[in-house]
Amino acid sequence: MVIRSESDQDQFTLRRRPWAERSVDRGFKLLTIVLASLVAVLLLGIFLTVFSGAREAMATFGLSFLVTSGWDPVNSQYGAFTAIYGTLVSSLLALVIAVPLGVGTAIFITENLIPRNIREVIGVMVELLAAIPSVVLGLWAIFVMEPLLRPFLNFVHQSLGWFPLFSTAPKGPGMAPAILILVVMILPIITAISRDALNQVPMELRQGAYGVGSTRWIAIFNVILPAAVSSIIGGVMLALGRAMGETMAVTMIIGNSMNFSWSLLAPGNTISAMLANQFGEADGIQVSALLYAALILMLLTFAVNILAQWIVRKFSLSYN
Amino acid sequence: MTLATPVHTTRSLQFNPGLKRNRTDKLFTSIAGLFSLIAVLPLVLVLVYVLIQGGKLISINLFTQLPPAPGLEGGGIANAIIGTFVVTLVASLIAIPVGVGGGVYLAEYASSGWFAQFIRVGNDILAGVPSIICGVFVYSAIVATRLFFGQSYSAVAGGIALAVLMLPTVIKTTDEALKLVPQELSWGAIGVGASKFVTITRITLPSAFTPIATGVVLAIARAAGETAPLIFTALFSPFWPEGLFNPIASMSVLIFNFAIMPYEAQNSLAWAASFVLVILILGANLLARWIRRFASS
Repeated sequence: MVIRSESDQDQFTLRRRPWAERSVDRGFKLLTIVLASLVAVLLLGIFLTVFSGAREAMATFGLSFLVTSGWDPVNSQYGAFTAIYGTLVSSLLALVIAVPLGVGTAIFITENLIPRNIREVIGVMVELLAAIPSVVLGLWAIFVMEPLLRPFLNFVHQSLGWFPLFSTAPKGPGMAPAILILVVMILPIITAISRDALNQVPMELRQGAYGVGSTRWIAIFNVILPAAVSSIIGGVMLALGRAMGETMAVTMIIGNSMNFSWSLLAPGNTISAMLANQFGEADGIQVSALLYAALILMLLTFAVNILAQWIVRKFSLSYN
Repeated sequence: MTLATPVHTTRSLQFNPGLKRNRTDKLFTSIAGLFSLIAVLPLVLVLVYVLIQGGKLISINLFTQLPPAPGLEGGGIANAIIGTFVVTLVASLIAIPVGVGGGVYLAEYASSGWFAQFIRVGNDILAGVPSIICGVFVYSAIVATRLFFGQSYSAVAGGIALAVLMLPTVIKTTDEALKLVPQELSWGAIGVGASKFVTITRITLPSAFTPIATGVVLAIARAAGETAPLIFTALFSPFWPEGLFNPIASMSVLIFNFAIMPYEAQNSLAWAASFVLVILILGANLLARWIRRFASS
């Protein structure tokens, strides 16, 4: 290139970019906006589809749908209490078991109690557990876990049968094995999130605690866990949302009974299991009743997820 | 501990395992160890049973034959293996471009605007929508309305349901991966006169390739094992796949259907399908791990 001194000025004047370049740029931005908006469109679409399908049942059964437990396709009488109760009880009890296990495991693999190699192996194994498909866990629950568990559940029934929660004899599929398989499914979520939360607690806090003479577990209970508790609670809420929506493993092992029973040893149902079993073959008002139940499930998981995000945002401590 | 009587002996500086607080410490450590053992136990048990029960049936027939009619022996799961690949491929072809595009918008064009925040929250909510609801949605929107050539249940409908499930993961990984790319790289590109489009497609996206690829592989692995969105979209078929617009078999639905059948042959095919599925999914997970490690070294 020959540089002519008189036209040096020209090289540095602003020029408009070519039309093609500008339109590619603008088109690409527009495209990404459209793609990102698809999330909102999908969310709205899912809600509207379920809501509009549920309207007929909402008009027919009203709010008593939530508290009555008859499910009678012959006479078109529907009440989802059994499934709602099953959803809430199975996920909450699963949480009660999984939280100590998950947080305990997370502490064990973050707090330098054992050599690093062993900790990493345990961490990887818990992560791989999360990758096992739910339907495979269901298969395992039917053929391996439930038969192994039955003598124990029988023993519980015989010794604590006077208590309403254990009042029926275990006959195979039921609420109790479903709760245990839910524990297996949400344990990796709780462990992973608790581990991240514990890893983010600054080393200075630990050093401070040890420096004033606390033992390891005094430090964990009084300093480290309180510093990480908001993220852990957020993770627990996410796990709760996952447990409420979990379908396949629960469907395969819960027994799918629409008869209400207080007993954890009796067959039960959850909203998602009911959908998986009946939605394909339902018609008429039953479809609408199922979509009404689906709407309730959606609102439940929605509320839990929003609460989880809010807790994490509101209470997370930052140490910068 | 009392401050009134200070003890200035060297003994108090030595670790005394008999002290109550040290014994409590030991106790809690053992409890945490026990909990970790319990947490790892299900994985070991599931893997052992899947490998033993499913491994028994591994043969050429398994990969070349159709499942037998109820009551008959033998057969394989070839159609379900093909079906899982087809449905997952359809889902990936939809979810990856859409998800990467959406993630590019969030990270590169509007990282802190209200619209981006709104989409991010929406994305988290979409990730929390139960998978069965995705199935119900796609059933109502595509299967019941016979959107594709008047066909009801179809492989494409199943793929779309899986794509809805994959999308939030792909968007989130892309968004977070792009945010980790050093700003200097794109400043440099724009400084030498590259347009925003060229900067993103030639500079930013390639440098975030590893984390995006890791996330995408994990999302595909998860989608391949999903059952709930498929049972009333792709349905199931005991025959060879008949194109994208007909019902198609998949391994996950096969496991579900065959596990609850009262026939020995079907039950063992369910175990064999679990074996293949678990190997594929764990393989994909290890691949993702390997990509991550390969890139960081």
